[in-house]
Amino acid sequence: MPQPNFDPVEVAALQPEAIEAEVTTALKAIAAAATLDELKTARLAHAGDRSPLALANREIGALPPAARKAAGQRVGAARGEVAAALTARQTELEAERDARVLLDESVDVTLPTDRNPVGARHPLTTLQERIGDIFIAMGYSVAEGPEVEAAWLNFDALNTPGDHPSRELTDTFWVESVDSGLVMRTQTSPVQIRVMLEQQPPIYVICPGKTFRTDELDATHTPVFHQVEGLVVDEGITMAHLKGTLDHMAEQLFGPGMRTRFRPHYFPFTEPSGEMDILCFVCRGRSVGNPDEPCRTCSNEGWIEWGGCGMVNPRVLAACGIDPERYSGFAFGMGIERSLMFRSGVADMRDIVEGDVRFTAAFGMES
Amino acid sequence: MKAPIGWLAEHADLPTDLDPRALADALIRVGLEVERVESGAEDISGPLVVGRVLSFEDEPQKNGKTIRWCSVDVGEDEPRGIVCGAANFAAGDLVVVSLPGAVLPGGFAISARKTYGHVSDGMICSVRELAIGDDHQGILVLPADSAKPGADALDVLGLREAVLDVAVTTDRGYALSIRGLAREAAAALGVAFRDVEAALPPADGAAYGVVIDDRSGCDRFSARALTGLDPAAPTPEWMARRLRQCGMRPISLAVDVTNYVMLETGQPLHAFDRTRLRGDLHARRARAGETVRTLDDVERALDPADMVVADDTGPVAIAGVMGGASTEIGPTTTEVVLEAARWNPPSIAYTARRHRLPSEASRRFERGVDPEIAGIALQRCVDLLAEHGSASPVAGYTVVGSPPAAEPIRLGAALPAATAGVDISRPQVVAALQVVGCAVSGDDPMLVTPPTWRPDLTHPADLVEEVLRLVGYETVPSVLPPLRPGTGLTPAQQLRRAVSRAVAAAGFTEVLSYPFVAPAVHDALGLPPDDPRYDALRLVNPLSEAEPELRTSLLPGLLAAVQRNLGRGNRDLALFESGLVFLRDPDAPPPPDLTVLRRPTEDEVAQLYAAVPPQPRRTAAVLCGARRVKTWQEAERPADWSDAVDFARVVARAAGAELTVRAAERAPWHPGRCAELVLGDRAIGYAGELHPRVVAALDLPERTCAVELDLDAFPAPQPARAPRISTYPPVLLDLALVVDEAVPAAAVLHAVRDAAGPLLESVRLFDVYQDVQRLGRGRKSLAFALRFRADDRTLTVEEATAARDAAVAAAGLATGAALRS
Ligand SMILES: [Zn+2]
Repeated sequence: MPQPNFDPVEVAALQPEAIEAEVTTALKAIAAAATLDELKTARLAHAGDRSPLALANREIGALPPAARKAAGQRVGAARGEVAAALTARQTELEAERDARVLLDESVDVTLPTDRNPVGARHPLTTLQERIGDIFIAMGYSVAEGPEVEAAWLNFDALNTPGDHPSRELTDTFWVESVDSGLVMRTQTSPVQIRVMLEQQPPIYVICPGKTFRTDELDATHTPVFHQVEGLVVDEGITMAHLKGTLDHMAEQLFGPGMRTRFRPHYFPFTEPSGEMDILCFVCRGRSVGNPDEPCRTCSNEGWIEWGGCGMVNPRVLAACGIDPERYSGFAFGMGIERSLMFRSGVADMRDIVEGDVRFTAAFGMES
Repeated sequence: MKAPIGWLAEHADLPTDLDPRALADALIRVGLEVERVESGAEDISGPLVVGRVLSFEDEPQKNGKTIRWCSVDVGEDEPRGIVCGAANFAAGDLVVVSLPGAVLPGGFAISARKTYGHVSDGMICSVRELAIGDDHQGILVLPADSAKPGADALDVLGLREAVLDVAVTTDRGYALSIRGLAREAAAALGVAFRDVEAALPPADGAAYGVVIDDRSGCDRFSARALTGLDPAAPTPEWMARRLRQCGMRPISLAVDVTNYVMLETGQPLHAFDRTRLRGDLHARRARAGETVRTLDDVERALDPADMVVADDTGPVAIAGVMGGASTEIGPTTTEVVLEAARWNPPSIAYTARRHRLPSEASRRFERGVDPEIAGIALQRCVDLLAEHGSASPVAGYTVVGSPPAAEPIRLGAALPAATAGVDISRPQVVAALQVVGCAVSGDDPMLVTPPTWRPDLTHPADLVEEVLRLVGYETVPSVLPPLRPGTGLTPAQQLRRAVSRAVAAAGFTEVLSYPFVAPAVHDALGLPPDDPRYDALRLVNPLSEAEPELRTSLLPGLLAAVQRNLGRGNRDLALFESGLVFLRDPDAPPPPDLTVLRRPTEDEVAQLYAAVPPQPRRTAAVLCGARRVKTWQEAERPADWSDAVDFARVVARAAGAELTVRAAERAPWHPGRCAELVLGDRAIGYAGELHPRVVAALDLPERTCAVELDLDAFPAPQPARAPRISTYPPVLLDLALVVDEAVPAAAVLHAVRDAAGPLLESVRLFDVYQDVQRLGRGRKSLAFALRFRADDRTLTVEEATAARDAAVAAAGLATGAALRS
């Protein structure tokens, strides 16, 4: 009969077969744990203090010394295997749980997000800025002046004869009285006169602004409209420079390949003077003599009238104290509304002036 | 000016196969604005023939009209029966008949139709139905024997001929004539030109007595006389046709001849019945109280600035504008005096406008008439009246006055090339100037004497334009000027752009309203009677009598835009505008009377600028409806006074400035909901909710809010100073203070900020509430979030609390604030 106190005892729990069976049971339970809670239960059952392997571990001390090492290794390896399986399953289940939480938190990202009120700038404002920037980039300054203006600056200094019909009440708004000498400026040209009175050449200015004529509002006219005029006075300025400048402006505003054409015309402020046409922005001239591609915008002319231009009349330079023998200059002007109609396809002038928010909103911050 | 191509061809060697469109393009290239190339045949199709009225019956109708049942020979075997409503023809007259199948201008299709109890087998046409004139007082009767019945009426009427319609600019009076246009056509095409010519008798002053009393108004007066005119002589059809082509109505031979010669030569002429004149003709100013009955049968009061032609009885014509009825050529006139004068252009322009009588004559005189063409024009009239009216010229030719000859202009030979930036040789310059009629002598500078018909050529630049337009503007190359450094936008311009972008980004939409306002709008805005905003500048000639004033505030225009939008169903609005307002400066001097012959002196410029009224730039906004519309996340938030104040703050932030806000009372705002916007120590605007009475008066949505401030008041932004960024942790403390409800939150905030000292990094008011039970009546609680931080160490809670306690004590002293228990 063996002596339990000092004889090695055959412990059933430490038999390799028993340990192997326990490991198999544990791994099966761990794999079967579908939730973190079930895994916790499995951990207690198979890796806890009272788990078969923990109990087996305690029995090792009862073995004869010669058998302890092998049994210790066996139980240690088994516990390690179970612990690794637990950790792996724990990681797996946590990842599944996290994924489920994020899925539960998902939203409909297509819901509207436009909480903040949306504003817009008027396209006439942004177009004037854009034109200003084209010229700023060429070294010009933006010049401005008052809208109620001295008639001398609006007419006389621009070489408009004293009896010119444009001065009449039928064309020009007079302020206070017909002999007040004050008008609502009919053009932005008085700004050019102010510039020439205030500085000597070289002068490179662009003058955008509001102008006024006694036209009733309709689809193509408005009594309050916007113009942009340019003025250059320097040594050696020629009409070729005028043409180059306007061609550049046309390309910048309307796209590559756009260009201008001059036709002789009469303006008191300039001599020689010209009407300025721009290549039709719809057909770009393709409709000319081409019945297959008719163009309603330019009536198959290929060109559209855009503004007026010319070389500054030497009489105007002299009236401003600039030596016409030394300096020459060019000037040009065009309507902003008309340019906007070209650029953005505005069909009716009233849409531009009536202040309907739906019109302006379509242009956003920069047109 | 309308010009039939055939008439032009009489004076310019136009190629016979010339496409009218090509001629128009050539004229456009040299600077004439050809508005249309028209032909009367364009809008007419189908059979249009000459007919002879063989007989007719007048048939009175139940409706009071009388129609004529006519038998008309249209060159067929049998005459046709045609109903006609007009009565200005007789049996035997030649008329124009549109036969069934024809389509007249305006898409008017002719068919055989039953009318007034007959089947009308065609229609006898009026000039209006043929679109060759406006006259609707009857049908067109062709001159006797001018065609055979059945002839193609389009040919007889000359309707197949192309007619150019040319818009003539104010500097080119000579182009208001066939002579002038033919010269341009010849120049544009490089073909020969033949001027109007006539052999003149010696100027012996014997045609009729003429005196020029006012040489400033008339520098030449020429006259011829005729006797034995057959007043019944018809105008030849070729002449009538050309008058119609040029848009004039044939009237009688004498009148038609003067009109025809005016179109041909550009010289307006007037025919008097010699037997109705008393004494010499005088060219003089009208006298006070004088009147004249003009050809249109209107008695017109004359102005002492008007030039008149007068005889012993007084004015017999408004010079250069319209003849008088008393001496008019009539159906019995046999003795004729023809006048061809040259009137001062500004004087004619003034008179024509004052009497609202623009005429073919005044258009030409206003632009300047060739002083040397009068004799030829008179001779043409004499010849035509002799040929077609059996008249005999009375011996003698009266010419009074001598217009000054044109001064030669010195032109540097290189100036045209230097102006254009393209090579133009001296021979090219000379050739171009000679084509327009200048005499050129000298080498360099050349001496160029303009022709008599070009009074607009007075300066070398004028000659340069003549050269360039004939050389061709298309030869000018496209060259950018040498680039030069610029200085960019001014600070004020940058500021304006920044403001515009910032407020748009903050949800405001820009409008650009008209500056015209009704005086009554100031009443509607509830302004006190002495408010300077009433003192608006007025337009002499407003578009609408209801809106004669210029805005002194941007709000009326914005409120009108709000109403327009509301009317279109746009209800949630936040509109803004930046623009000038117009103020009256009672101390402004009148503008000085300045010449343009020299630069004004500095004093004159200063006086000129001072005369222009002050026009500060404002920015303003109006809000109504929802500021934030209802969404799936948030409830709707209506726009309120704070949005208006915030607009001002957005503006100020964009301008790099900070506004202080204090309560104020000012129309048109709600007296308890109006904020004065203060920059430095200056009030620069107001914001808040509009007064309920204003809202009612202008029919605006309840609680409409508005803000307006002076954009010019913001100084140019200075470079910002960088703050020192402490990396030590902050201490965050909240603070709730209870004050009397009348105490402005800004005062409490100010006291807290001042007393908390340099450790206070920021303070933010985050809650306001009133609760009678917990705070007591008339009390409110203001809650602030304070953030303390030190530059050089980690702040302790004790230090921060001490600073907060100091702030509480200071606020208590300044505003009576107590810590909420
Ligand atoms: Zn086109």
